[in-house]
Amino acid sequence: MSDAIVVEKISKKYKLGSLQRDTMLRERLISLLRSPFKDRSSPENTLWALRDVSFKVAQGEVVGIIGRNGAGKSTLLKVLSKITYPTSGRMKVHGRVASLLEVGTGFHEELTGRENIYMNGSILGMKKDEVDSKLDSIVTYAGVERFVDTPIKRYSSGMRLRLGFAVAAHLDPDLLIVDEVLAVGDASFQRKCLNTMEELQSGGRTVLFVSHNMAAVENLCSRCIWIDAGQVQLDGSPRDVIGAYMQKFGGTVSRAADLRSVAHRRGSGEIRYTGIEFLSANGEPLAAIRSGDKLTVRFYYHAEKEIPFPSFGFRLYTEMGTLVTDTSTYHHSLDIPVVPLGDGHIDLDVELLNLLPGRYSFSLWITGSTSPVHDNVEHATQIEVELANVYGSGKLLDSRLGIVYFPQRWNLDGIGAAGSARSAEDELQVGRAQADGVKR
Amino acid sequence: MATIAQSDLQGREITGNATFEWVAEFWHYRELLYFLAWREVKLRYKQAALGAAWAIIQPLFSMIIFTLFFGRLAGVPSDGIPYPLFSFCALVPWTYFSGTLSLAGNSLVTNANLVTKVYFPRVLLPAATVISGMLDFLIGSVFLVLMMIYYHVRPGWQLIFVPLFVLSMMLLALGISMFLAAFNVRYRDVKYALPFIVQIWLFVTPIIYPVSYLPAKYQKILALNPMAGIVEGLRACLFSARQMPWKLAGISWSVTLVLLIAGAVYFRKTEKSFADIV
Repeated sequence: MSDAIVVEKISKKYKLGSLQRDTMLRERLISLLRSPFKDRSSPENTLWALRDVSFKVAQGEVVGIIGRNGAGKSTLLKVLSKITYPTSGRMKVHGRVASLLEVGTGFHEELTGRENIYMNGSILGMKKDEVDSKLDSIVTYAGVERFVDTPIKRYSSGMRLRLGFAVAAHLDPDLLIVDEVLAVGDASFQRKCLNTMEELQSGGRTVLFVSHNMAAVENLCSRCIWIDAGQVQLDGSPRDVIGAYMQKFGGTVSRAADLRSVAHRRGSGEIRYTGIEFLSANGEPLAAIRSGDKLTVRFYYHAEKEIPFPSFGFRLYTEMGTLVTDTSTYHHSLDIPVVPLGDGHIDLDVELLNLLPGRYSFSLWITGSTSPVHDNVEHATQIEVELANVYGSGKLLDSRLGIVYFPQRWNLDGIGAAGSARSAEDELQVGRAQADGVKR
Repeated sequence: MATIAQSDLQGREITGNATFEWVAEFWHYRELLYFLAWREVKLRYKQAALGAAWAIIQPLFSMIIFTLFFGRLAGVPSDGIPYPLFSFCALVPWTYFSGTLSLAGNSLVTNANLVTKVYFPRVLLPAATVISGMLDFLIGSVFLVLMMIYYHVRPGWQLIFVPLFVLSMMLLALGISMFLAAFNVRYRDVKYALPFIVQIWLFVTPIIYPVSYLPAKYQKILALNPMAGIVEGLRACLFSARQMPWKLAGISWSVTLVLLIAGAVYFRKTEKSFADIV
């Protein structure tokens, strides 16, 4: 299979300072006159956005590019899209390319939805007759049938996003380059994006996309490249590369959190949380938390004095602020007569973590009998729950499917069991009769 | 040195001749050129309350002012043609020329969002302005025809040369616009300098006065102004009594060609850094 992209030692240098946006000719002339031989490209003045980046992408590969903000990912995409030129290096790109660096490029407020579709489609590389034939499909995909002849300045931001994405989704390129489009928009928009990406992947197209959504990268990509400080750090399977990246930059996510010096906390302070740790079933600190894990959450505390009958608890929130659960020793009717002075910890053993992948946040609290609230830390720490094959089906379940799942099994025994003569209504009657019979 | 060796983004093979490629790519993106020009026209007419009227108002009012002050008060001759008609038929191409220069000169900066996010031949932006301006030019021309009817002026067979001069006017606008647009990306002075330059250019073009009004040695210098040849040429096409100024026109076309090529060369040279600076 031939290569869709070949990149050889691409480097891109930016000059800082002297390359201000509103340079006036007069200023330039003055500085030239003052010091005609001054070297304006001194080291402090230059920034290497990309340094000797090399890789090859074969046709049909879906490659995810990850890295921290400012690592050079967008610059790489710009170079690949011929928007900006490298300072040195070579690059070969085969086939029809569509670059999606932004949703709704070329949109103008005064033009109607229909007019903007033509404008946007044309600028992304579609021919007029192509847009003609796909127009209805685009409008339906975006869900703006009633508003297609209204200027988009009347559209909501969500509609604009959907329209822009609808046009992009109808591109038919050999190579698609996408830059963090998944980062904008609400949950349903993100879901649509991911679905479209999946379709592209199964369509055999070559896709190169930059994302911070590790779950999406792991689910959609056959290969992952980690870019940091303008260089390729790692290039391999998504599991390995993402794993290595999370190890380095996972940060507070799924590591022990130190809560001794937290800025905002309420409560009397006689007893306080000092840390959280996540341990595996055999007591080892967990490197990553996955859906369906059996784990122990260890809450460390420090008591200034003896505390009678405290209750330890926490609230777990999704990234959007939805309360997943609020639990405590009180809800378990667990009496703790006294907590002695000093340090200690309380463990929560979780049999099965029903959380689907995503980011969750813990708010901790301790209440008691001598004070209503001993300690309350909102959003003390965040964890990132990773994908897992929770149904044993070989499919990794990602954040699109909700907040929780439960252990389940589909039973197919009833399919076709009652014969074709009976209607569903009859089935239900029989079912009810049977249930009643059991009760009696 | 950076080399981007690649088969065309649209999947065709490169030929190895960079200049040919540049022109070929322009042709390949012609639909986008049409859309960009269409967008400009649409926006101009959607946003302006008087819409199409503006195409006539500017040259019309200039003509009125000029007639009052230069024609009547100062008594500038107009070679036997009624002064309003004399100045108006030069003002129509002039309005196109000066308007296109300002808009196209800013086109890359105005469309910075496109330049930094999508690939397409950047020259399409000033080119789209050159094309979109033709609508106003046509409207102005229609009004000119009405004026000619009013003054009972009938043109002769020289009318067939009109497309030639119009084409020359467009190419001149394109050449200078390419340079201005590219220059403006880096040095924003253009925005401030241009109105002033255009103002002066108006006076060194035979719009208010005929070429015959100037002493011979100044006429020679005036000839270097490519707009002079275009304006006088168009006048000769419309008013059969006038002689076709072939020599002036010839100089005008040569200068236009030089400016066109120079503008294109400068544009191509600086194109690579547009997305970084704009």
